[in-house]
Amino acid sequence: MATNQRAVENLRSLRMAAWLGWQIESNWTDPFLFAIYSVIKPIAGALILVFMYMVVAKGGLSNPLFPMIFVGNAFYIYVAMVLMGVSFAVVDDRERYGMLKYMYTAPLNIYFYLLGRGGAKTLIATVSVLITLAFGALLFNLPIDIASIDWLLLVTGLVLGLLSLAFLGIFLGGVALITARHGQFTGEAVAGALYMLCGAVFPIDVLPGLLQAISYILPLTYWIETMRRALLGSGSSQILSQLSNLELVGVLGAFSVGVVILSVLFFRWAEHRAKEKGLIDMQTNY
Amino acid sequence: MIFRKRVELFLRTVIGRAYPRLIGLQRERSWLIFDTLLPLLQMSAFVFVYRAMQAPPEYTGFVVLGGAMTAYWLNVLWSMATQLHWEKENGNLALFIMAPTSRMAILLGMALGGIVATSFRAAAVVLVGIFIFGAHFSAERIPELIGIFLLTLIALYGMGMLFSSLFLLYGREAWHMSLLLQEPIYLLSGFYFPVRSLGYWTAMGASIVPITLGLDAMRQLLFPRMMQQIKFLDVRIELLVLAVLGLVFLFLAQRSLSYMERLACQEGRLTVRGQ
Repeated sequence: MATNQRAVENLRSLRMAAWLGWQIESNWTDPFLFAIYSVIKPIAGALILVFMYMVVAKGGLSNPLFPMIFVGNAFYIYVAMVLMGVSFAVVDDRERYGMLKYMYTAPLNIYFYLLGRGGAKTLIATVSVLITLAFGALLFNLPIDIASIDWLLLVTGLVLGLLSLAFLGIFLGGVALITARHGQFTGEAVAGALYMLCGAVFPIDVLPGLLQAISYILPLTYWIETMRRALLGSGSSQILSQLSNLELVGVLGAFSVGVVILSVLFFRWAEHRAKEKGLIDMQTNY
Repeated sequence: MIFRKRVELFLRTVIGRAYPRLIGLQRERSWLIFDTLLPLLQMSAFVFVYRAMQAPPEYTGFVVLGGAMTAYWLNVLWSMATQLHWEKENGNLALFIMAPTSRMAILLGMALGGIVATSFRAAAVVLVGIFIFGAHFSAERIPELIGIFLLTLIALYGMGMLFSSLFLLYGREAWHMSLLLQEPIYLLSGFYFPVRSLGYWTAMGASIVPITLGLDAMRQLLFPRMMQQIKFLDVRIELLVLAVLGLVFLFLAQRSLSYMERLACQEGRLTVRGQ
């Protein structure tokens, strides 16, 4: 197939999957209720940390740790949404809608299809992150100044972070392809583990040695730190402060490329195994 | 049917519905790991948050207790409230309705099975909290603690039984409603911080969720010195309110189930799938 034609097909797969994902995510209720639903969850998540902080700080929010926690938590919204958005599409299409086998017989690129399905959740997550940050800036005086944001760092870091997350989702999609009842749980477990390990809501310096070592090999550790530096001007970790912005983005980029390669290789293997074992149209009633 | 036969059938139904919940633990042991791991991960993150803030060590215990109760709340949402919706999707709901037994017995069986199964997970969370994070609890008022814990569960699962009948009419909304009742309830019920810090009237409103009062009362008994300044209500009042909530929820669940079942029959929703 000509490269041009393949690119058109990939883009069509991405666009159609994103539209399908949006319909699935949003058409269960009316737009007003959907908007409320999309706002309440992230704000409640942020407020839990605010109150935890206020209880200990006896009401004060002036400690520099607070904006670090708030911003890290806001960007973590992407983690669960993108990760689950991409990987759960496999479980949803196979088990719930019984459509996965048709996707494999249709002229589409499965990677772009899965990434497209995650696209809708990425869009919802983006709105949630913006609302959470605006909420923090307006109500809790987060020191985010539009004029002093490092936009280049923000955009570069965001693109690399979302790339890592999307392909981590592809990896978990591969796991879902070859497992019967764990597709949903693996996504939640990985998202939960990342919440703890990448220092989304605390500096990784407080983690015990082994967990700290694991956090160094996670791209999301560097991503969250990049987001903090871009918005607040400084990160939360003493250890990571030894890296300049350029070095931080370099490490994030290297890890992101590693995640992409590893995920594609693993998904290819899982897909082959699923076809061999007849798991593409498996129904397990979960 | 004579009274004895009816009681016998009721109890057999309760056991019959609780059985798959318990046997499911044996058949799919990896779920036990996931179900224990998930509340543990978030709990661990919040322990590290308090450590980063250099909070007093009692706060680790606060989080551990909240983490353990998270397992029950998730069970109520996903295995009680949405259960009849799942049964509808799987085609079992019509069989439940046709069976010559009490629907309340089915819900009660689900609740009892869920309580036992979830208790293993909650116990694992507490043990990890004690042995890995070094959480300390006062063990001076154990009988009262057990009483409050059991009353909390009765009221909580009564609420779950009420939700399951309300969710009966839902299609895909059931899934989203359960998702919506996670973080906001963790916030309003003070799963990870004393609920009093939300303000008296907010805490009062949140008391409709039994875990709010249950957690506050258990924290008062487990961390008496710390909670003196930040308790919400007196333990005896909380005990009384929990008992009332339990009775009210069970009564409402029974009434609501009959009404919703009739409505679902009239609107032809009992066998609709993929809604």
